[in-house]
Amino acid sequence: MRDRTPALLPLVLDSATVAVAGVPILDRVSFTLEAGSRSVVLGANGAGKSVLLRLCHGLLAPTAGTMRWLGPHAGDPGRFQAMVFQRPIMLRRSVIANVAYGLKLAGIAKAERLARAHAALARVGLAHLAGRPARLLSGGEQQLAALARAWVLEPEVLFLDEPTASLDPAATRAVEAIVGAIHTSGTKIVMTTHNLGQARRVADEILFLDRGRLIERAGVDRFFAGPATTEARAFIEGELP
Amino acid sequence: MNTDFFAACAAAFRLIVEADAGLIAIVGLSLIVSVAAVLIATAIALPLGAVVALARFRGRHGAIVLLNALMGLPPVVVGLAVYLLLSRAGPLGEFGLLFTPGAMVIAQAILVVPIVAALARQTIADAWREYEEQLRSLGAPPRLAVWTLLWDTRFSLVTAVLAGFGRAAAEVGAVMIVGGNIDGVTRVMTTAIALETSKGDLPLALGLGLVLVVLVLAVNAAAYSLREAAHRRFG
Repeated sequence: MRDRTPALLPLVLDSATVAVAGVPILDRVSFTLEAGSRSVVLGANGAGKSVLLRLCHGLLAPTAGTMRWLGPHAGDPGRFQAMVFQRPIMLRRSVIANVAYGLKLAGIAKAERLARAHAALARVGLAHLAGRPARLLSGGEQQLAALARAWVLEPEVLFLDEPTASLDPAATRAVEAIVGAIHTSGTKIVMTTHNLGQARRVADEILFLDRGRLIERAGVDRFFAGPATTEARAFIEGELP
Repeated sequence: MNTDFFAACAAAFRLIVEADAGLIAIVGLSLIVSVAAVLIATAIALPLGAVVALARFRGRHGAIVLLNALMGLPPVVVGLAVYLLLSRAGPLGEFGLLFTPGAMVIAQAILVVPIVAALARQTIADAWREYEEQLRSLGAPPRLAVWTLLWDTRFSLVTAVLAGFGRAAAEVGAVMIVGGNIDGVTRVMTTAIALETSKGDLPLALGLGLVLVVLVLAVNAAAYSLREAAHRRFG
């Protein structure tokens, strides 16, 4: 993995709570995320994984507790992070224009952003689809385009919210390979999944969420060898073959 | 009676095929008035629809209900209101607009604004629900996000504008009151049809009616094929 000068990391949550109508979806979560490792947030549906990611990415504000970046560019966090959603939202324009859109917002000149967008598309294997209307791509291709759209920004942190939940195995493999490549290029990966196999393949460390609480955090091997909490053990044993 | 009807139809077709000068003048004025009204209304209604769709302000829900209700604004009431505004004793009487095509443009624009604004608001609100997180994640500032939404929904917005045109071209009450149906000055298709029918000149009334129906059909066909083509092209 390539080193890069820190901009935002580490990220510190201190008793961060997100409540909707008084009901906590995320309940007093505290942790520090450092650069380097691939952190996978694991948990059942409704455990609060997506809310946790949106909180970290700045799409939600905590209703109690705090979320803050400690790096030198903490005052302008948007520029150094990106997010890939479960369902990619493609703009009604070409694939290349979708990938270049974020660079346009960053004020990068047209020639350079097209060159960088083409390079990003080539890295995810979609160079041949650059001119196609993005919305007419298959679900898997759209998710690869969404990865290119995030990667082209060269974020310090990339959040991925169940990026393969609606994809077939081939597309899932492609997405996982690209997430690995993005990590190798120096980006911190924070990803949610409810799929144990994927967590094993992608993660360096596991953060296990249960009903809004962060109840276990461990290296991937230790977590799967012997989870410390009964909830995590039940979750692992409940996995279908 | 039947022979009357068919005779009138035949005469109506003759007027259309021979491009009768009186008929052409009336159709031309109708188009000029309604197109001008729709252009002015669109310039007001699209920003209005976008603001009501995206801005968070007190009374927003009331504004949405009002906008939707105003889609059914009775043309005669709008005609009456504009008449009072533009009449010699009214607050805008000094401009001398009453019984001119300008007055008709104003009245039709007032009728069209709520239609285009309400349809645009719905379109933009739906798109925002879909795009919001992605655009915020990419760091789009509000002004640019609005522009991206308008651009991505442009074909649906054109459909909204064409719906407004259909309303403008087909209404009779407002233009009758503020235009006065003066021959050669403010006589448009709908007012001419009403007058000629009561006078008993059925061929002209029927001919104009046919042109009006074909026009409305053509506008709707254009709106439909535009959306279909856009869907195939952009998804």
